Amino acid sequence: MNKLVVVGTSTGGLNALQMLLPALQQEFSCAVVVVQHRGKEPGSQLRDFLQRSSPLPVKEPEDKEPILGGQVYLAPRDYHLLVERGNFALSTEAPVYFARPSIDVLFESAADAYGETVVGVILTGANGDGARGLAKIKSAGGTAIVQEPASAQASAMPEAAIAATNIDRILPLKEIGIFLSDVCHQRPRGELK
Amino acid sequence: MSEKGLQVADEGLEDIEIALLLDGVYRYYGADFREYAPASLRRRVREAVQREGVESVSALQAKLLHDTSCLERFLALLSINVTSMFRDPAFYLAFRTKVVPLLRTYPFVRLWHAGCSTGEEVYSMAILLHEEGLYPRCRVYATDMNPVVLRRAREGIFPLASMQEYTVNYMRAGGKRFFSDYYTAQYDHVIFNPALKANLLFSEHNLVTDGSFNEFHVVLCRNVMIYFNKTLQKRVHNLIYESLVMFGVFGVGNKESLRFTPREKNYDVLDAGNRLYRKVR
Ligand SMILES: C[S@@+](CC[C@H](N)C(=O)[O-])C[C@H]1O[C@@H](n2cnc3c(N)ncnc32)[C@H](O)[C@@H]1O
Repeated sequence: MNKLVVVGTSTGGLNALQMLLPALQQEFSCAVVVVQHRGKEPGSQLRDFLQRSSPLPVKEPEDKEPILGGQVYLAPRDYHLLVERGNFALSTEAPVYFARPSIDVLFESAADAYGETVVGVILTGANGDGARGLAKIKSAGGTAIVQEPASAQASAMPEAAIAATNIDRILPLKEIGIFLSDVCHQRPRGELK
Repeated sequence: MSEKGLQVADEGLEDIEIALLLDGVYRYYGADFREYAPASLRRRVREAVQREGVESVSALQAKLLHDTSCLERFLALLSINVTSMFRDPAFYLAFRTKVVPLLRTYPFVRLWHAGCSTGEEVYSMAILLHEEGLYPRCRVYATDMNPVVLRRAREGIFPLASMQEYTVNYMRAGGKRFFSDYYTAQYDHVIFNPALKANLLFSEHNLVTDGSFNEFHVVLCRNVMIYFNKTLQKRVHNLIYESLVMFGVFGVGNKESLRFTPREKNYDVLDAGNRLYRKVR
């Protein structure tokens, strides 16, 4: 079964993603969904920025867009991004802990829709978003990965995640890339059902 | 298999409970959420379980069916009303440059905001039409399923605290005057100029259960269908198609499109990025 990788980050996330994405090479078969806390400013600069360091195509999904392997999906500004079986869904409901997009909202919906096939990754960040969602992923049988707090630009988010649930791997950034490649490479690509 | 050897379904228990709850609410009250998008619906139901202080979705169902005040709270929770004036300024700018010239060719223009929430989008459009000199020959129908937000929309009173953001949006949307020309501040609220209301018509309309009620030159349905599943989206796309005059304009939210819908072939793209379409067949 193909995995669904969900990644959440806030402060320091741009640098972290810039280091993580190059590890996900063209053969990478899973779908990767990223929430980076962001302001309301319009434009596609964030997508363009991430694309420069990503061998995989990066895009902001539209409502009800099918989830494909070998793609990086970035949560659009000012919407929550949710995962349903087979497709994305968007919502403008109120920010959760001041964040829209919210990591918890993405992670919880991923856990509900895909259970044990979900790999949740929390990177650097200065708040507690994602901890609850990562716990949901764990209790649905999925895998929890957290960036080693000492090596994170902001450690609050990794620390909150570690306090919230049993983490499968606490790793420096570079090893997160290797771990994900290991889990996701060399499998046939396809639409997530 | 459960302990007692009974067969347990593959489908999650919570999914079954939610489906039963929605079915009950539909059959008893006629409020139809059965084909809303499941992920965000599940979030709302879980939140209702918490807020109502009940143990499970099934317990919520019982409370909903026996206590109408609980139903009212539930309906309020399900209608996600977040909106703002000149949200996505580029959309309004594109409307000015690409749609307004088309509208000038009509002697009389009917617009429909489907799912208008508290009305910010409607007042934004009224201002735009006014600045383009079109407002006197427009009638703007604004509908929502939720009577509570409609009441607020009719009043045209919005929090003063939002005006800074809206002013920036207004300028980016190609605004031609001072935004503050359009409202008067009172304590922590502002009241929009009553002249803007002259041709606005607010009324209750449910996209799921009500039919087409007029023919429009413009229909805007932004950030409403994202809450529907694909089956329901198809139905509402048909409803809107039927409600548009030939060459009428249809606008959806920034992250919605006609891709993946059965009506795509009936429209030309007026502005791809700003999600403006024109009915051509
Ligand atoms: C997020 S608001 C969108 C407001 C505005 N169009 C915008 O884009 O800013 C969604 C609105 O859709 C309304 N809505 C949801 N389901 C509906 C239905 N079946 N019929 C009519 N309105 C509906 C809700 O009550 C809510 O006010």
